[in-house]
Amino acid sequence: MQALISRTRRRRSLNWRETRDGWLFILPWLIGFVCLVAGPMIASAVISFTEWKILKPPEWVGLGNFVQVFQDPIFWKSLGNTVYYTFLGVPIYLMASLLTALLLNMKLKGMAIYRTIYFVPSLTPAVANALLWMWIFNPDFGLANAFLGRIGVAPQRWLFDVRLAKPCFIFMGLWGIGQQMVTFLAGLQGIPVEMYEAASIDGASSWRRFWAITLPMISPTILFNLVIGIIGSFQVFTTAFIATKGGPQNATLFYVLYLYRNAFDYFKMGYASALAWVLFLIVLMFTLIQFKLADRLVYYEMAEAA
Amino acid sequence: MGGDTWLTRGAGPVSRSDSPRNLRRKAAFQRAVLRAVGHLVLLAGSIVMIVPLLWLVSTAFKKTGSEWAFPPVWIPRPIWWRNYLEAMDVLPVPFVRYVWNTLVITVSATLGTAISCSLAAFSFARLRFKGRDTMFALVISTMMLPGVVTLIPTFLIFRTLGWLNTFLPLIVPAWFGGSAFSIFLLRQFFLTIPKELDEAAKIDGASNFRIYWSVILPLARPALATVVIFQILWRWNEFMLPMIYLDGMEKYTIALALRTFQNVRSQRINYLMALSSLQIAPVMILFFLAQKYFIQGITLTGMGGR
Repeated sequence: MQALISRTRRRRSLNWRETRDGWLFILPWLIGFVCLVAGPMIASAVISFTEWKILKPPEWVGLGNFVQVFQDPIFWKSLGNTVYYTFLGVPIYLMASLLTALLLNMKLKGMAIYRTIYFVPSLTPAVANALLWMWIFNPDFGLANAFLGRIGVAPQRWLFDVRLAKPCFIFMGLWGIGQQMVTFLAGLQGIPVEMYEAASIDGASSWRRFWAITLPMISPTILFNLVIGIIGSFQVFTTAFIATKGGPQNATLFYVLYLYRNAFDYFKMGYASALAWVLFLIVLMFTLIQFKLADRLVYYEMAEAA
Repeated sequence: MGGDTWLTRGAGPVSRSDSPRNLRRKAAFQRAVLRAVGHLVLLAGSIVMIVPLLWLVSTAFKKTGSEWAFPPVWIPRPIWWRNYLEAMDVLPVPFVRYVWNTLVITVSATLGTAISCSLAAFSFARLRFKGRDTMFALVISTMMLPGVVTLIPTFLIFRTLGWLNTFLPLIVPAWFGGSAFSIFLLRQFFLTIPKELDEAAKIDGASNFRIYWSVILPLARPALATVVIFQILWRWNEFMLPMIYLDGMEKYTIALALRTFQNVRSQRINYLMALSSLQIAPVMILFFLAQKYFIQGITLTGMGGR
């Protein structure tokens, strides 16, 4: 009896210690979360109801900023640009990176070299990348026009052409698919070989094996890349900021670029915060839709429930 | 083996000649064709991926005046390596200064992330306490949060603290679990380490911190390496945050310096490419050196939502 009591007491003190340590270990993150994520989110919501030109004290305007946002043609323009870029770009990148990962998952000679070549462009810093592409798309001396000239296509104005600027951005993004590709590669390598062997014995063609095994097995990876891809794509900034500054005629004025201008060029903190919240709600909506769809389309192995 | 159904299906009248030997030969032939096609597609893709970078290097070594040659020349004559020195002379602050600034930020932020995130990850993976799963759900939702939403309030906080034009806004958040993705990745990896190891240490009277430090961390090297590499890449390349927080030339990072250079001397594309290559080179070298660890870490953690 005595022993039992002391054992429960010890267990309780162990539990207490574990609880204490548990919170202690996450404390740095928790402080960061409260001060740099949750707090600022609430603050940004509050600021979005004010007019605040940073040097003067803020002034409460209620929903004024939001009303203004929805009447602002440049807001709609930047949102349209961003949605265009996201809805065209993300599926293209997703397919391209999956296709490349499938190829890079084959058993071929020199695979390490191929993998490096496909991954390395995504390591290029955004600024260097933007400068390089400006040079390639230079209308007078650029590589793009030189190449097209070879095959008899008239020179284009690329980033200076209202119709071509956005497609150029999507094209440039193809060089950055490396990180998505690596996640797909990791997902593909996680598929047990036995599954393919079993399917082969049953006489499934490679096409059928792709649809019946590969695709369901990597569907969580697809979801992950899709969610992260859309969130990232809605925040496209650096390339546009450096290469086109939003031009020509606002054709590459993406959402965050417009937000940045409001906050740090025009110092309209209230208006910029309203823009930030609108963006947050849009992205949240897309994320929730994806998870809803994923319930039906994504396959999770049971063992992973733990 | 009762395989006739699939043997004959879709094979048409010639199916009689499909003896197992013929079938095997056919399969081997198919594999060879597939492999050849794989090589061909990968090779074509490799060229596309590598051309922009080759073009950057080529331009970096062109003597001023010859960089505008059209149609483009791939191998510069002479190979003008002095561009590197000339470009640095044009900069208002010695280039080493920018390298130093970028290094200070990158190293301190990466260190902070590795420590604070692995502590939190350990707690989420190994300790049991009330509220743990709620906290972890918060980590996950932070991953889905567009960073712009908190941008303005955090800017105002750091401004109030008098941290503008210092490295602190770029470093301090990292020490407070600033990378939810790293926490997630490390936790997933920690979960794969057998629990018996901690139990054994616990029986020997080891504290939780001791288990974290001497049992888990040494075993988690691939995952830590992955987190560290991702962080280094990201911090080294980062543009938006340094631009917002730093405004003295002597405080600039390489990315910011490149951008000023672009505005001042937009005509000197060869200098610009030379300096860009200096931003890219360390990242590439790091990737080559750490490649094995990196791929291993991603595969083992089953990153990509699995």
